[in-house]
Amino acid sequence: MYLALTDEQQFLIEAAQGTLARHDTLEGARSALDGAPGPALWQTAAEAGWTGLLIGEDADGAGLGAYEALLVVEQCGRVLADARLLGHLAATALLEQAGADATLRGALATGERRAALVDAAAGERSAPVQARRAGTQMVFDGRVRSVLDVPDADVLVIVGRDADGACVAGVVDADADGITVTAERAYDATRLVGTVRLESVGATALAIPADRTRDGADLQRALLAAESVGAADACLELSRSYAIDRFAFGRAIGSYQAIKHKLVEMLRRIEGARSLVVHAGRTWDDDRAAFALAANAARVVAADALDYCAPETIFVHGGVGATWEHDASLYYRRAELARRLAGGATVAAAAVAAVLLDEAHLRTQRPDTVSALSVG
Amino acid sequence: MSSSGPENLDAFRAQLRDWLDANAEHAPRRQVLAPQDDAAVGRWRGWQARLADAGYAGITWPGAYGGSDGTPAQRVAVEQELTARGLSGVFDFIGIEMVGPTILVHGTEEQRDRYVHPLLRGDETWCQLLSEPGAGSDLAAVQSRARLQDDGSWVVNGQKVWTSFAQHAAFGILLARTDTEVAKHKGLSMFVVPMDAEGVTIRPLRQITGDAEFNEVFLDDVRLARDSIIGAPGEGWRVALTMLGFERVGVGSGLHATPLDRLVAAVHASEDRDDAGVRVRLGQVASELLALRHTSERVVEEIAEGHVPGPEAGLIKITSVTASLAACRLAVDVAGPEALVDDEWGHQVSALPGVRSAGGTEEILRNLIGERVLGLPPEPRVPTKAA
Repeated sequence: MYLALTDEQQFLIEAAQGTLARHDTLEGARSALDGAPGPALWQTAAEAGWTGLLIGEDADGAGLGAYEALLVVEQCGRVLADARLLGHLAATALLEQAGADATLRGALATGERRAALVDAAAGERSAPVQARRAGTQMVFDGRVRSVLDVPDADVLVIVGRDADGACVAGVVDADADGITVTAERAYDATRLVGTVRLESVGATALAIPADRTRDGADLQRALLAAESVGAADACLELSRSYAIDRFAFGRAIGSYQAIKHKLVEMLRRIEGARSLVVHAGRTWDDDRAAFALAANAARVVAADALDYCAPETIFVHGGVGATWEHDASLYYRRAELARRLAGGATVAAAAVAAVLLDEAHLRTQRPDTVSALSVG
Repeated sequence: MSSSGPENLDAFRAQLRDWLDANAEHAPRRQVLAPQDDAAVGRWRGWQARLADAGYAGITWPGAYGGSDGTPAQRVAVEQELTARGLSGVFDFIGIEMVGPTILVHGTEEQRDRYVHPLLRGDETWCQLLSEPGAGSDLAAVQSRARLQDDGSWVVNGQKVWTSFAQHAAFGILLARTDTEVAKHKGLSMFVVPMDAEGVTIRPLRQITGDAEFNEVFLDDVRLARDSIIGAPGEGWRVALTMLGFERVGVGSGLHATPLDRLVAAVHASEDRDDAGVRVRLGQVASELLALRHTSERVVEEIAEGHVPGPEAGLIKITSVTASLAACRLAVDVAGPEALVDDEWGHQVSALPGVRSAGGTEEILRNLIGERVLGLPPEPRVPTKAA
């Protein structure tokens, strides 16, 4: 809906839909709750080129931007496909930014290896990971819970704080000394979430300016937002079809305002979140400060949208929506876990406030500061 | 100005910026839901005339009627440049966005010649005589009666309500019943009413804010000339739908929202700025306001490309009211209860509940979007004759 895309982006979306349609991802999400292995989506993602979306063409990647990644992930969210891209894309974005070793980036681009991002800002709220420099190495200590895609990842990109409070980043093989990864049980069984313990882990330092090390965590929040928009849109579609087909008191239930207005509320929330995801996608290349604001705001609004759409989809369906067999329950599980991942939607809200208040503070110091926020 | 293309748009914008540099001193500041006294209205109308004379109002209208034969992208550029400088656009939003385009579509050549140019300059401003005490959401139920006289003129009796700017208006555009024997949508006609005509009484309605921005208008044996009808008798509903459709392409429908920078400044100035709970609330409200801003931008992009936005653009209004009220509540929470009676936050707190129903209630908007965008089955509508 009123969304200007290039032909290439449109093609990417259609290709993603075609690729994902080859798997019964919803049935996979349900059977995974009973312990069945999910569909092999990593392989699919690698074949489709999604694993290398953010890696440069010099290392066999597609050299595309965050916008394309967000569009692909939105399609994944629509059918509850988790191809382990949220950890991988966020981690590879930092590696690309740091101009990390081409062999490593190449293996990640082709999907031969899989990366995850370990950042206290992208895990459950906890003390920051401590970092100290030792020669060309960065040494990390700490513990981060609920890290996306970290179990069985091959490569970890770690973000921590040094003694001066500055953010620093490093990259390390996941089987290096001092790293313990424990898988956590996930309410939404499509998810792979783990706790990472770091004990004097020596990692290769990444050359990223301190104010840009959070780009990985911000990107992960934007990806979660895009995925949530896709899932929320699927909820609306489920609800819409049912509201048209299901009759009560001789009329389709979608003709009643009680149902109709609820569905329009779903649309309103989805469109607001989508606007922020689009804005995040458009600002990634040229304006990372604007990207950070849009990504965190997108995370807040998209989490609220899915929080609204998933349970309301169950309610629109009545009792049948609350059964194990119905897909509505799978979106509900997605919603409940997703809003708590990557630091949680509340942390994203606090991040939005921090950006805005810091800027207001700067303006009181230097009243001539031109603000991107002064318009409107 | 008629040529399009990005190079021409850049040139247009450059010329506009030069013009604004030279003329901005005459422009009123852009304000949100602020009351306007007569002096302020006079100044604002003067600014509209200046914009019109320079070709920056009615940009897409035909040159023959005072427009600029310009493109939607140029129209959007003007709105963007004004907004970026914090300057007001035209005063007579109703005239420019709704009545003018409607007269251009449905009016006679004589009507276009007579009304459009003074409307564009703000020399004659307009109001809408649509809603009635018994016909709001169900607009087609209007009971105001226009009776055809032997000499071809009309005599109107009835009562209209929620008429914004009637006290300033030279003309009102009136929806009245001309035939009571047919289905209610079919017996309506649209007229132009001189607001100073004998039998027109304007009575201000005081709102929650204490200001009287809209009015009741009583029509008692008001005589209208033969040529005051817009479109044919019985076509009033079609003309009304055209007019309400133009409301949707009005650039800047999200601009009545609480400015984010004012909210941030209020929190920053308060003792609560380091409170974790306040910061999370600020982040949530700010995210909604940012979503609103970027959704409005997407709609404006559509308009700039020459498309007519779908009914879903109406969602912007819902978010605007909801997010603005949340913003005002947060600002008052951190500033203290006395802010409820200040000019900025207090005024908005009082004004926003009315804005929710302005131009149509939220419930009717949700019906429209549910049916036209989501394809849900319609409300049961019983065809009725007007009483």
